[in-house]
Amino acid sequence: MAKELLKGNIAMAEAAIRAGLEGYFGYPITPQTELLEWMAERMPALGRAFLQAESEVAAINMLYGAACTGARVMTSSSSPGISLMMEGLSYIAGTEVPAVIIDVVRGGPGLGNIAPSQGDYNQIVHGGGHGDYHPIVLAPASVQEAVDLVVLAFDLAEKYRTIVFIMADGNIGQMMEPAELPPMRPIRTEYPDWAVRGAMGRERRILSSIYIDPKDEEVTNYRLLQVWNRIQAAEIRYREYFLEDADYVVIGFGTAGRIALSAVRMARAEGMRVGLLRPITLSPFPHPQIENLIPQVEGILVVEMNSGQMLEDVQKAVRGRVPVEFYGRLGGMVPFPDEILAEIRRMCREGIPPDGDPRQRWMKRFAPIIRWHD
Amino acid sequence: MQTEILIAGFGGQGVLFAGQVLAYAAMDAGCEVTWIPSYGPEMRGGTANCTVIISDEEIGSPLVLNPRGVIALNLPSLDKYEPLVKPGGVLVVNSSLVNRGSRREDIESVFIPASEIAESLGNRRLLNMVALGALVAKLPVLSLDQVKRALEDHLPERHKQFLQANLQALDAGASFALSVSRVGV
Repeated sequence: MAKELLKGNIAMAEAAIRAGLEGYFGYPITPQTELLEWMAERMPALGRAFLQAESEVAAINMLYGAACTGARVMTSSSSPGISLMMEGLSYIAGTEVPAVIIDVVRGGPGLGNIAPSQGDYNQIVHGGGHGDYHPIVLAPASVQEAVDLVVLAFDLAEKYRTIVFIMADGNIGQMMEPAELPPMRPIRTEYPDWAVRGAMGRERRILSSIYIDPKDEEVTNYRLLQVWNRIQAAEIRYREYFLEDADYVVIGFGTAGRIALSAVRMARAEGMRVGLLRPITLSPFPHPQIENLIPQVEGILVVEMNSGQMLEDVQKAVRGRVPVEFYGRLGGMVPFPDEILAEIRRMCREGIPPDGDPRQRWMKRFAPIIRWHD
Repeated sequence: MQTEILIAGFGGQGVLFAGQVLAYAAMDAGCEVTWIPSYGPEMRGGTANCTVIISDEEIGSPLVLNPRGVIALNLPSLDKYEPLVKPGGVLVVNSSLVNRGSRREDIESVFIPASEIAESLGNRRLLNMVALGALVAKLPVLSLDQVKRALEDHLPERHKQFLQANLQALDAGASFALSVSRVGV
């Protein structure tokens, strides 16, 4: 199929439809509203379910119910709306039904603003809803990648009966880029053997997240962990740039990752041997890929549009064997490549202190910018 | 090789659409392209801008500090973005709405009465295409023909009655830019 110039939000919606989406439940919120609007127009026209719920709490519970029928279902929102969905998400995780959720992250906490941010990393990657579970989290950095990852999300959700998040941000949602949409998949006619769709003529099935006896919950949580082990072993995804001979590596995901790519190219043009690792799965996190870099590199720079949430996962992977540095922008501010280039130059020139806290060092370097805002 | 263009003005001046025309032309030319709007809560009358990045390789940052080309359709946009144009770059200013001249010697500045040219073509709202024509004439990234073809191929059906006027506006802007003596550089 030919490439079309597509806005990220609309591209993700159409990709979901073509992946065989049968039901969408949502509530408008900037910067993801175009996604819901596209669903509102397309889904009824295709004879599929679109429902604008009365709130995000309602939307996630509609998603939960529809997911139990084995239908391909999705919701989307932006940060404050995702917060409202956390209880329902936990029920979906506990019931082990597949669901796809898109978070077009904006600046926070609280009402915050509508600018692009990566501040939801911990909420999305490290759980969110209560209880003991791991979602898969995919982080696109372009419109084409967003399209591809939405299609993948449905396949992974069903393969592992799990929640799959697409963690985008306002940039990915609002930008237009040429992208190729997948062909329209037919809506399936066969449903999985756990789906509850009426039990006429067969033994009834029960889907629930209630395990009153803690022994049963323990067995369930152990099973969730077994599934998670399979996911960790098979589903890590990432992109590497200029790593072959790199002495230093920048690690960043989504929009921060592609901004870092510009900075890395500029640094290469100045003769610095620096590369980029861009995690695509934030969960499972690319621990093995970072492990492989440890013997090769002299230092790692983590770049995020938050205060260093993924930084802590990188530090967990590195375990002090290589010095780590951090650069972030906060609250909906987006870094220019020049800022990251300045960090790379400093790192290559002066090296990184072997100990100490990279976030504390960054806060000190960053203080003049905060004062300048004031 | 990468070219960045920033288009800024009041909401309602067609800033975002002008950028999209450029993005379509770049896509049709086989380039990588990213179009990104400022998407604050502003409505008509507020400020709006968009950035278009055209490249022959995977595009990194969707935003740049120093774009190679800038279109400023009003005074606040000129004040904000004139200092940021990359040295050697091109600045197109809608002189109908600004009351000062150029402050940069190291870029090529085109002061074009885009609102008046648009009015002379019969519709004040064509000013975005007048300014875009001027930029394309001065910035060697896409040809005027490529941009005109993009407009023909991608203008939504419901707006097709405006096609000829928009094409004329692109031509008028380009002719003006090529006729004025170079300022700066």
